[in-house]
Amino acid sequence: MADATDAGWGYLANAPGFVRTSGPAVLTSRFAFEDSYTLERSLATGGYEGLRAALRRTPAEVHEEVRQASLLGRGGAGFPAGVKWGFCPDGVWPRYLVVNGDESEPGTYKDRLLMERDPHQLIEGCLIACYAIGLSQCFLYVRGEMALAQERIAAALNEAYAADLVGAGVLGTDLSVDIVLHWGAGAYIVGEETALIESLEGNRGMPRLKPPYFPAAIGLYGRPTIVNNVETLANLPWIMEHGAEAYRGFGSEASPGTRLFSLSGHVRRPGVYEVEQGVTTFRDLIYGDDFCQGIRDGHELKMFIPGGGSAPWFFNEHLDLPLEARPVGAAGSMLGSGAIVVMDETTDAVKACLRLVRFFANESCGKCTPCREGTSWEEKILQRIYDGHGRPSDIDLLLDVGDNISPGPYPAASFEAEGLEAVPFPPLQTTICPLGPSAVAPIVSAIRRFRHEFEAKITRGDGIPVRAEVSA
Amino acid sequence: MAFFSSPNERLAREIIDRYPRPRSALIPLLHLAQEQEGWVTREAMVQIADLTGSTPAEVLGTGSFYEMFKFHPVGRYMVNVCTNISCLLLGGEELLEHVESTLGVRSGGTTDDGLFTVEEAECVAACTEAPCFMVNYRYFHRATAETFDAVVADLRSGRSPLVRGNAGDRGTMPPHGSLGRVRQRIPADRRAGIVPPEQVDGPPAWLPRPEEVGSDG
Ligand SMILES: Cc1cc2nc3c(=O)[nH]c(=O)nc-3n(C[C@H](O)[C@H](O)[C@H](O)COP(=O)(O)O)c2cc1C
Ligand code: SF4
Ligand code: FES
Repeated sequence: MADATDAGWGYLANAPGFVRTSGPAVLTSRFAFEDSYTLERSLATGGYEGLRAALRRTPAEVHEEVRQASLLGRGGAGFPAGVKWGFCPDGVWPRYLVVNGDESEPGTYKDRLLMERDPHQLIEGCLIACYAIGLSQCFLYVRGEMALAQERIAAALNEAYAADLVGAGVLGTDLSVDIVLHWGAGAYIVGEETALIESLEGNRGMPRLKPPYFPAAIGLYGRPTIVNNVETLANLPWIMEHGAEAYRGFGSEASPGTRLFSLSGHVRRPGVYEVEQGVTTFRDLIYGDDFCQGIRDGHELKMFIPGGGSAPWFFNEHLDLPLEARPVGAAGSMLGSGAIVVMDETTDAVKACLRLVRFFANESCGKCTPCREGTSWEEKILQRIYDGHGRPSDIDLLLDVGDNISPGPYPAASFEAEGLEAVPFPPLQTTICPLGPSAVAPIVSAIRRFRHEFEAKITRGDGIPVRAEVSA
Repeated sequence: MAFFSSPNERLAREIIDRYPRPRSALIPLLHLAQEQEGWVTREAMVQIADLTGSTPAEVLGTGSFYEMFKFHPVGRYMVNVCTNISCLLLGGEELLEHVESTLGVRSGGTTDDGLFTVEEAECVAACTEAPCFMVNYRYFHRATAETFDAVVADLRSGRSPLVRGNAGDRGTMPPHGSLGRVRQRIPADRRAGIVPPEQVDGPPAWLPRPEEVGSDG
């Protein structure tokens, strides 16, 4: 097994799991330094130059530059940041910035790396966003479990305040922004942007009813609020320093720039890679020498999740798709949070499906019935199939319950009969947020492709007892 | 009887001061309570309600939504073992079983000596470093049964196990309830000004006034 401490594998000692490739380093340029998280290192390596460049221009020009860069959101939905910023209604003040650092989509490890290793880059990105559209206070919402990220950001903010980089009169200009570290307490659903805002208001983290579709209209305390992902904002310093055109020189026309992908599971060299979007394919990532170097020895690919636990599964025939939202969406899945989970032929499809569904059932906030009841029934049915107590009608029942959460036709990963364009993604939903439908993704993926594995468990008829409880 | 010690009460007020509305400080204050006591007591909730202008029921209502808050005593060390998909593929369940059998408690349980609580965890954003576990929310990457045993031995003998984490973390391991070892502090003279939203009625100073340009979208 690859070992993070083994230099031969190419992992950076100070950024655990990160592997430097021969490609551009927009987001990770400081990762090789042991003290990459300090202000001293940041300033010695061009830190806050992007902010200075922004401050030399008008806010409207900065906003336009970000629009020109076509910076797509890295939190999951891939919405262009510059366009989203434009949704703030005129004449309603104050406006807030909430940074989504709640990273908890199964398979995803990249925002934590950015927060732990280069908090100043993120802070600089926040300041640029605030300057561009007049956001007067920023809340950096870090996932509760990430103690090291919280302390690195707290230390970085303390340094930045002391150096006149944050707070009243940034670098002697009119820009005055308080950036406040906020931290959660363990709930996946809080990553959904309206739940994030509820949580920040001191409430249970339950998503709000839509519309409004964007908190840019009505957000924190009912005021216009921009919610952006950590990685999205971390791109801004580079864009301001080098310009949108240079940024568009990386990646493809539709997906410019680089993106952090986390590759986990049964590959030879799992890790986090900074990748040019659009021009790189799944095959490059999974098999390329610069990246994962193939499936672990002696095994072959069975399936992979292309965009975090919520994404429908992909198979061999999808390997040559580029890492770009449209073709991946047309093929029935999504790039989501940039998390690719690779599974070889030893993986039990029912088990993998059960584990993912259990996650969504655990994390359902309970606000709407199809998700609250549906996900836990899906889990129970899958569990009994897995334990050998399944009934022949259970497979249809799984699909039926799924249909009540996201009425079909559900995007069929590789359901050849239907033709790729025939299936809509994202799915229709009967729920308030996409968490419910996310639980249906692994079920439909697994049943469509591996129905025989479900059937084998059901007809086996040798029900093993459910995991024994500890006796008192 | 107030729950918070006087330094912590000062800290609580400082935290509240960073938000436009006091209620937003509810989660950070629950963390502070947990840091002081190891878990969230009734007295803590009463005082947090008082400080944030809410009721104790609202504090419990919010707090009980979040997994990290414990409303009963737990171990000095909280062990979270991830068994979500990436860790599952590389032995997360076996690791959990090892942890459970070594400590003699199932997920959710606390050892008799009050040292360890074990929890099966959902993805903790270390997927490429699977399998992994956390102790008091500090990471241990690419963990094995031997890693866990060594960590337990360290903790029992008062050493910090963080160097074994393979996660770029060093230094001390505080008891359950403490998270970041550094706190944010905003010096009074550096504050941009945090006020309730109702007190803001125009664009911030650095934006051109509406009469100077059309609109900035
Ligand atoms: C169930 C659910 C969980 C989510 N979790 C996260 C998350 O952990 N981090 C994140 O940045 N976005 C997450 N999102 C997406 C956010 O709602 C939002 O789209 C994103 O933060 C916007 O930032 P971006 O435009 O910069 O990508 C989640 C969405 C849903 C529906
Ligand atoms: S879909 Fe699930 S998680 Fe989303 S609001 Fe409804 S119950 Fe909550
Ligand atoms: S699946 Fe275990 S850390 Fe993500």
